[in-house]
Amino acid sequence: MDLSQINPLLLLASLMVAATPILLAAIGEAVVEKAGVLNLGVEGMMITGAVVGFAIGVNTGSPAVGFVAAAVAGAALSMLFGVLVLYLMSNQVATGLGLTLFGLGLSSLIGKPYEGMKAPSMAKWDIPLLSDIPVLGPILFRHDPMVYVSLIIVTATWYVLTRTRAGLILRGVGENHDAAHALGYKVVRVRLMAIAFGGACAGLGGAYVSLVRVPQWVEGMTAGAGWIALAIVVFASWRPWRVLLGAYLFGGITVLQLNLQAAGAAIPVEILAMSPYVVTILVLVVISLRGQHGAPGSLGRIFHATH
Amino acid sequence: MIHLEKRPQPSKFWAGLTPVLAVIATMIAGGFMFWMLGKAPLEAIRTIFWDPLFHETFGPYSRPQLLVKAAPLILIAVGLSLGFRAGIWNIGAEGQYIMGAICGAGVGLAFYPSESILIFPAMVLAGALGGWAWAMIPGLLKVRFGTNEILVSLMLVYVAENLLASVSQGLLKNPEGMGFPGSRNFRDFPAAYNTELISGTGMHWGVAAAFVAVIFAYVLLTRHMLGFQVRLTGEAPRAARFAGVNPTRLILFCLGTSGALAGLAGLFEVSGPSGQVTIDFNSGYGFTAIIVAFLGRLHPIGILLAGLLMALTYIGGELAQLMLGLPGAAIQMFQGMLMFFLLAMDVLSHYRIRFNKTATA
Repeated sequence: MDLSQINPLLLLASLMVAATPILLAAIGEAVVEKAGVLNLGVEGMMITGAVVGFAIGVNTGSPAVGFVAAAVAGAALSMLFGVLVLYLMSNQVATGLGLTLFGLGLSSLIGKPYEGMKAPSMAKWDIPLLSDIPVLGPILFRHDPMVYVSLIIVTATWYVLTRTRAGLILRGVGENHDAAHALGYKVVRVRLMAIAFGGACAGLGGAYVSLVRVPQWVEGMTAGAGWIALAIVVFASWRPWRVLLGAYLFGGITVLQLNLQAAGAAIPVEILAMSPYVVTILVLVVISLRGQHGAPGSLGRIFHATH
Repeated sequence: MIHLEKRPQPSKFWAGLTPVLAVIATMIAGGFMFWMLGKAPLEAIRTIFWDPLFHETFGPYSRPQLLVKAAPLILIAVGLSLGFRAGIWNIGAEGQYIMGAICGAGVGLAFYPSESILIFPAMVLAGALGGWAWAMIPGLLKVRFGTNEILVSLMLVYVAENLLASVSQGLLKNPEGMGFPGSRNFRDFPAAYNTELISGTGMHWGVAAAFVAVIFAYVLLTRHMLGFQVRLTGEAPRAARFAGVNPTRLILFCLGTSGALAGLAGLFEVSGPSGQVTIDFNSGYGFTAIIVAFLGRLHPIGILLAGLLMALTYIGGELAQLMLGLPGAAIQMFQGMLMFFLLAMDVLSHYRIRFNKTATA
């Protein structure tokens, strides 16, 4: 094994790219869960976003249009979940699982003709001046626009959730939906919007995998990223900045194991490939040792207004 | 103005009728999807649901397949339904299925080319243990640390898939396979082969095990204290706590049983229909079984019927792929749709729909 092949600067730079899909999906899900809804369909929405983003991106030649389409597709799919859970009062766990199974089928149906094609390339932004800073420049300021968009979304989510009235209402709905309803807030409407936001973010995250990270369409390519995003929300105790931290930590592990594979480490490839999932389990255990702080009070409970 | 009124008790009538309605709705929506894909909808539906059983040329070939495909689905779904009833969500059955297959096949292959009659029983035991142990990981983590079993059991699917890739190219690789990945074929190893018990029916040991599991689950849920505790925990968790239900025991029982059954399903599949450990011998039964469990209303008899129906969509889907060029993924979507319609129609058994002219605020 030749560890000197691993360039720490490149490693840190690719960490941000590896973390972005999970970061996007996780920040969306954090908002959904803050509103008291557990959507286990993140994986399904991500993979649908991945295929729609790729297909539209290839057909229009513009990754940006692809990303927009992916967000719309993710949100549309999440509305299916929203209607079932909020209006037909179905079990959230079962419906979320169903959404994932449905999304996996839908994506491979749409994606068949696009297998083996190459995504339109996305220009990197070399942010002037900042990208010339030694060490920090290449790590932080030479990425594609979506990396920065994801950071803006995290910042905006943090601001809205903790500093605005809308965020307060959303959190109230998530903590105690009966009280929020009694105060006259539209529980169902707030949750529907949160679910749509979560779906759009998951769609963006999926499209990032197929348009930037790989960049190709391969069936089942999100490979559990949606589930890892769910784990990161728990890890983050439902706080936006910790979601960022969790996603970047996770991105770091992914990139490190890929680099070790490439460097021909003595560890078998399969052990390296399973490491992100094992680490996720370990992190979940450590988090649960500490107790589930910050879980919204009404998370996963069915809301039915009697009058 | 339509509004919903919660029923004091879920309606038994609607609970029985909704799966049927969901299947019909899925056929209509599926027909529409096939039409959008440029296929004749009625012909596609007929190819999927009718031809595998009654077609003159294909029927004799595909009828036995019905049991072969239904057995793993039923075995896994029966196990899952116990946990789902009690609010314990094991969604990593696919991983337990793979681990059961690896452990069971490993034991068998270790004794190659012995002809002892004890080999197959030993493999069955090892398969059940492998699945059980894999499910005990989320189980023990949940009872010891309160870790979320949904995420842990799912993460373990990916770990199991990587292990499968590793053993089929390494530990269990056929030494006489000229370097191709995959284990020895159990067809050439009679003492370990999960043979067809009645020829021409598809009936193998796994099918027998599935029927036994259905009967056991039925007796457990209707006649046994543990089954009562499972149902009580699901329907009234607070009451269950006051009634002295031990949650630790219940969690370990539900996860352990579903893991062992999934492991058995994996072993029967790998030593019979699939024949060898390969990198992709698993075909997603562990996930489809979740749909089967819900379609069967988490009831053993219902699951038996649901498993057969779902097996039919698999076989019919393959036939439609062959005859009409219908993409394989369309069937996967079809199954996903079924789950949605089922969940959507559930509202009818839990709520009454009321129409009133003026809405009262």
